[in-house]
Amino acid sequence: MDIAQLQAYGYFFLVLFLVVVLYSYIYHLYKNRKDHDGVDYEKYSNMALNDDITDKPVNKVSDKETKKVGDKNE
Amino acid sequence: MENRPLEYDYTVAKMFMLTTVLLGIVGMLVGVILAWQLAFPSVNTILGSGVAEYTNFSRLRPLHTDAVIFGFTLSGIWATWYYVGQRVLKVSMAESKVLMFLGKLHFWLYLVGVVAVVVSLLLGITTSKEYAEFEWPIDIAIVIVWVIWGLSLFGLIGMRREKSLYISIWYYIATFLGIAMLYLFNNMEIPTYFASGGIGAWWHSVSMYSGTNDALVQWWYGHNAVAFGFTVPIVAMIYYFLPKESGQAVFSYKLSLLSFWGLMFVYLWAGGHHLLFSTVPDWMQTMSSVFSVILILPSWGSAINMLLTMKGEWQQVASSPLIKFMVLASTFYMFSTLEGPIQAIKSVNAIAHFTDWIVGHVHDGTLGWVAFMIMAALFHMAPRVFKREIYSKSLMNTQFWIQTLGVVLYFTSMWIAGITQGMMWRAHDEFGNLAYSFIDTVTVLHPYYTIRAVGGTLYLIGMFLFAWNMYKTMTAGRRVEENELQNASPMAA
Repeated sequence: MDIAQLQAYGYFFLVLFLVVVLYSYIYHLYKNRKDHDGVDYEKYSNMALNDDITDKPVNKVSDKETKKVGDKNE
Repeated sequence: MENRPLEYDYTVAKMFMLTTVLLGIVGMLVGVILAWQLAFPSVNTILGSGVAEYTNFSRLRPLHTDAVIFGFTLSGIWATWYYVGQRVLKVSMAESKVLMFLGKLHFWLYLVGVVAVVVSLLLGITTSKEYAEFEWPIDIAIVIVWVIWGLSLFGLIGMRREKSLYISIWYYIATFLGIAMLYLFNNMEIPTYFASGGIGAWWHSVSMYSGTNDALVQWWYGHNAVAFGFTVPIVAMIYYFLPKESGQAVFSYKLSLLSFWGLMFVYLWAGGHHLLFSTVPDWMQTMSSVFSVILILPSWGSAINMLLTMKGEWQQVASSPLIKFMVLASTFYMFSTLEGPIQAIKSVNAIAHFTDWIVGHVHDGTLGWVAFMIMAALFHMAPRVFKREIYSKSLMNTQFWIQTLGVVLYFTSMWIAGITQGMMWRAHDEFGNLAYSFIDTVTVLHPYYTIRAVGGTLYLIGMFLFAWNMYKTMTAGRRVEENELQNASPMAA
């Protein structure tokens, strides 16, 4: 087996390995909605769905600051 | 006034919506003229040989590319930024006089830049770098416009009520940073008049790079202008507008993050595939080819995520022309991000390089993905910014089908033309003599060039329908209440 052939096999198996790793990771993300800190990333989708200025933020900047900028609103 | 409830302020978004439509028509009209010129060279002098200087292919070509990239697309990016930005950050432009001022300044300076670009290109003033034709005074103006956008972008983010940044915002930030870096480095140039002590025209400059280095920087820029102008901000749009219009949460938010970082890491290394079989070091060519193939993964990550967002709601594709535009856009995104990596494989590139197949690839991406998504975004925004129903659903449907047919004619004709061309250029007899001369390929390609021009013309007709529909929505659409604007956009039959 010459070097070019070895390279070709190496290249093929590397791509295969990367594809398997990547899609397993995607599946893992999808299966476990929460990460190891218990944060559920899927709730962030609501930032687009509930985006009226009066809607409740998914994560407020901070209670204090929100109140401050919210003053104008009231 | 004091007691009026706070609302989002779309003043700047509306301004950029206007330039999106106008510059879209200008850029595509010039494109269609070019397509007819390629099929029928006499169109070059259609207005007489006296003004041939201004109507010939070479003078108009940069005007087409720059008008659709920096006119239509950039306006679309900013129109949507000034809309989406406020909404997902839950902060109104009306809350800050400074941001409002910056937004308007951003628009008006941009308009000055557009005029300068159009005039200078028509006069034939150019640096001769593709998609970076502007001479140094205009480059400086563009940098100022960009910095103002940056201030406005980070200013709005700084004021936000929503702590986390929605995925679209990440993509808009990447657009800002990516283009800033690319534009600065590719346009490093020396004004010859000042460097030489007064020789030649004051606006003329030469690039700081030369030879292979210049080519490398140019295509690092050129390819990533596609990345950060035609991909990243358009993905930003679809991540907001498709979920919002369909009422469906993004299929997997985590996948959107993974795709984001994948795209950021991989895209910047792929530019060298424009220089395969050139004087660029071989390892660089191989690297760019490998990265181009890997690029399929993050691209498809986003595209699949969008299609899966429609899971269980596919009836919306049939019933809503707006969803049709977006689903077709993400399908074309998948298609052209598969086609691109295939073209970047060395053995395929040996046939594809310099042929019309490349032109076809660019246009299935830009017409099918970029322009469809921008128009869908504007259709979604129109009822919300004008507080009026979309004027005509049937007109939207008509536009959709006319333009889809246009795109299909465009890329199929260019596939055939490109592969024919590539094969004919390479064909030789047993002694190595070339089998065809260049004019043989020109003769063979003529019908495909004509089909391409017809496809482009259909797409342009669709643009006029789009402009008319937007104009009528703005002026004559039925007024709508806030509660009609939650998800699916209201549209009259």
